[in-house]
Amino acid sequence: MSNRKSTPYVLVLPAWVWLAMFFVVPIGGMLSLSLTTGNVVTGFQQTFEVGNYVEAVGTYWEQIVRSLFYGGCATLLCIVIGYPMAYWIAFRGGAHKSTYLLLILLPFFVSFVLRTISWRFLLADNGVVLGTLKSIGLIPSDAAVLNSSPAVILGLAYNFLPFMVLPIYAVLERMDPRLVEAAHDLYAGRVQAFLRVILPVSLPGVFAGVLMTFIPTSSDYVNSSVLGGTHNTMIGNVIQTQYLVNNNYPIASAITFVLMGLLLAGIFSYARALGTERVMEVHA
Amino acid sequence: MNHRPRPHLSPELLRGLTRRRQRGPLSVPGISRRSTLQAGGVAAAALALSACGVGGQQRDSESVEDYWGGKERTGSLRFGNWPLYMDSERTQLQQFTEATGIEVDYKEDVQEAAQFFGQIQPKLANGDDTGYDLMVLPNGFELAKLIELGYLVQLDHTRLNNYADYAGEVYSNTAYDPGNRYTIPYTSGITGIAYNPDYVDREITSIADLWDPAFEGKVGMMSDAQEIANFGLLYNGVNPADSTLEDWEAAAAALREQRDAGIVRAYYAQDFIQPLTNGDLWMTMAWSGDIYQQNAEEGTNLKFVVPEEGATLWTDCMMIPYTSQAPVDAIELMNFLYEPEIAAGLTEYIAYITPVPYVQEVFREWAAAEGDSERAEALTDMAESSLVFPTEDEYQRLHNFVNLAAEDQEQFASLFHAITQS
Amino acid sequence: MSTGVHTPTEPAPRTPEGTGPGRRPARARRRTDWGRLYTIAVLAWLFLPILFMVAFSFNDPAGRHNITWQGFTLRWYQDALAYPDLNQAMFNSVSIALLTMVISGVLGTLLGLALGRFTFRGKQLTNLVMFSAISAPEVVIGAALLSTFLMMNVTTGYWTTVVSHVMFCVSFVAITVRARVITLDPRLEEAARDLGAGPFTTFRLVTLPMLFPAVMSGGLLAFALSIDDYIITSFVSGDVTTFPLWIWGTTRVGIPPQVNVMGTLLFLVGVILAVANVISSRRRR
Repeated sequence: MSNRKSTPYVLVLPAWVWLAMFFVVPIGGMLSLSLTTGNVVTGFQQTFEVGNYVEAVGTYWEQIVRSLFYGGCATLLCIVIGYPMAYWIAFRGGAHKSTYLLLILLPFFVSFVLRTISWRFLLADNGVVLGTLKSIGLIPSDAAVLNSSPAVILGLAYNFLPFMVLPIYAVLERMDPRLVEAAHDLYAGRVQAFLRVILPVSLPGVFAGVLMTFIPTSSDYVNSSVLGGTHNTMIGNVIQTQYLVNNNYPIASAITFVLMGLLLAGIFSYARALGTERVMEVHA
Repeated sequence: MNHRPRPHLSPELLRGLTRRRQRGPLSVPGISRRSTLQAGGVAAAALALSACGVGGQQRDSESVEDYWGGKERTGSLRFGNWPLYMDSERTQLQQFTEATGIEVDYKEDVQEAAQFFGQIQPKLANGDDTGYDLMVLPNGFELAKLIELGYLVQLDHTRLNNYADYAGEVYSNTAYDPGNRYTIPYTSGITGIAYNPDYVDREITSIADLWDPAFEGKVGMMSDAQEIANFGLLYNGVNPADSTLEDWEAAAAALREQRDAGIVRAYYAQDFIQPLTNGDLWMTMAWSGDIYQQNAEEGTNLKFVVPEEGATLWTDCMMIPYTSQAPVDAIELMNFLYEPEIAAGLTEYIAYITPVPYVQEVFREWAAAEGDSERAEALTDMAESSLVFPTEDEYQRLHNFVNLAAEDQEQFASLFHAITQS
Repeated sequence: MSTGVHTPTEPAPRTPEGTGPGRRPARARRRTDWGRLYTIAVLAWLFLPILFMVAFSFNDPAGRHNITWQGFTLRWYQDALAYPDLNQAMFNSVSIALLTMVISGVLGTLLGLALGRFTFRGKQLTNLVMFSAISAPEVVIGAALLSTFLMMNVTTGYWTTVVSHVMFCVSFVAITVRARVITLDPRLEEAARDLGAGPFTTFRLVTLPMLFPAVMSGGLLAFALSIDDYIITSFVSGDVTTFPLWIWGTTRVGIPPQVNVMGTLLFLVGVILAVANVISSRRRR
């Protein structure tokens, strides 16, 4: 490959054009659309109506807060469920490591929508899961899970667990075993060795995992519309309805912008709290 | 990323995602404040380029003479309809092809009125072909918008003699389309209450039962703004067709109360049958035909009632978009579907209310001709069912939807979406 | 933790079966291996809905709601193609995914190569845009693209879907390729040039073969992302229906068993790929 100065520009140009046309411009376009007024019949005029934002936040703050809360719960659940699993596969998986990883990924050959819908049948009041538990008397006969916050959070955690396990695994697997040995040589107990050595080393993996689960879970709308009931609407549902059902594009794009702003702010403050100032480096 | 899962999350990608800062000659410089500003600049430029809004899209619909003059048959047409609105053999379309030689490309593309409207609206605004020469949409906000925008062809009623001869009184000169200038009904249905007698041990007769705390967490309501609004209005004793803003607010308040009391389990788009069958729901707002079909096909014993307070009658209408490539073929099919025998065949499968009352007679004739078969029994059942042929008394209790211009729709929709999207 | 720990002469990424840290397994063998039980329990959770889906592809429901077990049948497998719309949706999904794989594969490889190998103006900005494109929520991307198509009076359909899928896949491919480029030894290319190869020949005979595993896995990732996407597609697909969209549409009227059949077959493809992968990695060792 020649090192002529133009080479990198030739290489990046197609992708630049693509990303500019279909990512940067659309974001700008959405910003512009969020400052219009009108309806489908009269058209939408650019009036720089900031009131759209006031209306969007005023009307939907509850759904926004709930989405962040659900996303946070699902992310935490993914860490709690996924970390031990990643740890075990990385350190004790032995010859079967790749088999375990493949098993984690296999369910994802089945469509996301289909898997989520399956949960609706499984979680029915007299369905496979609850029906069995009820018949052996483990839970009261009027117990219900479907159409509730726990159902939505469980669905989110289910759908995004691999995004947490894989980055944590990737970091742990690359860890130098001598670090742990050194800790033991220095008389660190198992807990000490974990807290002082393994956990800090695995934090970038957790960080990547959190980014890869929190953003999609908090903006998802499929789980909430399939598994949710009343008071379970997430902001993604609102955006989807405003765009595709009500054709209320100005409000829809204003909410979308608010969501994006909140998530970006979250990512940066999270990075700061973690001491990783340069967010992109871990991620990209 | 998001839900896009990744059977193939490769080691390279994982490393890329979890890698810390590089050192040495291959170092990747981090993102600086400057580059953030650069990005802001690009976005601002993009904004300036696109700061133009979305243009108005209304057009004037041509008069009947202007539009139909010189239009000719093309020998084929594309028909967009709801799923399960014709048997899988497409019997009626085969009969149509036999009778006229016109081929029909039938697509079950309409799954949600609003979503479908969202798909065709930009095309119609551009004057582009929608991919349909004939389509079926309910009498609701989307239909009102299509008419208001001038996107529908004015029908030439001289070509609709079967409609003139056989359509029932309720289905000619409809409230949502006075004089049926743009649409004629494909089928109608009732939004009423369905319940599962395995769980509900009393007879349900009224909308107020949907507010009964005894059924806490076991009641289903519809998520569609108009459907749920109608029930809130009827609960308050208001006729939806002539309701006002004040009525809507009162209805929204009643529905909010019902929701916050924990009575409603969830708001359903149209997937209420399954939870009603398996006991997740004991009682729900429901469409007549769905309940009839479920009972007939799976032997369930679900009950459907037109409540005392009244219910709503909706109509799925056939219409021709103004960019249709085969309007003559389309209007011929519309007329063909009003031949009593054809309408009867259609109704036998879809089990909703036919706009051709004479079908009841056809069913009885067919049943008599069949003798003692299962089909004869099914036909007799259907002919006697008030779900398919509502009684005069029931028609009295059936109300129309409220008709609103696009401007008022927004207010109406946001009032009731605040209930369902809580 | 930097990829720098990989010496440039180690061409293949370390296989997961490599030597991980931690104490020897011998010590754990004495007690019940709770870790293994736990991992298996979580895996069981992951597979529960799949089992359900596979089982119900053999169900023989009376009506149109395939939700209660009513008897075993194979007829849905014989009848797998009974719904022309479903077949069309499947075809759309696969063809869109293939196009996405090819286009984003090419664009992403070039971008990844440039980012991994060269210093140039706008590199930081490129990183920032890629990062944003990867981390922007799907609703945001879908909504933004739809807004733009609306404002430009572009009718949404097949090609807007392809374009959008390529957009969100490019960055993933680029990251994958870049991670690989960084581990490559530039001296190999220098050597090729010293031996008289032109820039293009060097690229074709040296760079590309070394990049190939990363390009492949990036491309496959793009394929997987595209074929399963629901949220973005629902915004930009207009009247084109993909497999996830079709399933979503039919949940409302009852999902036919054919959906379970197709889901099961897709899952089988995954199983076969996985088994092949395990076997081939065994053989390599």
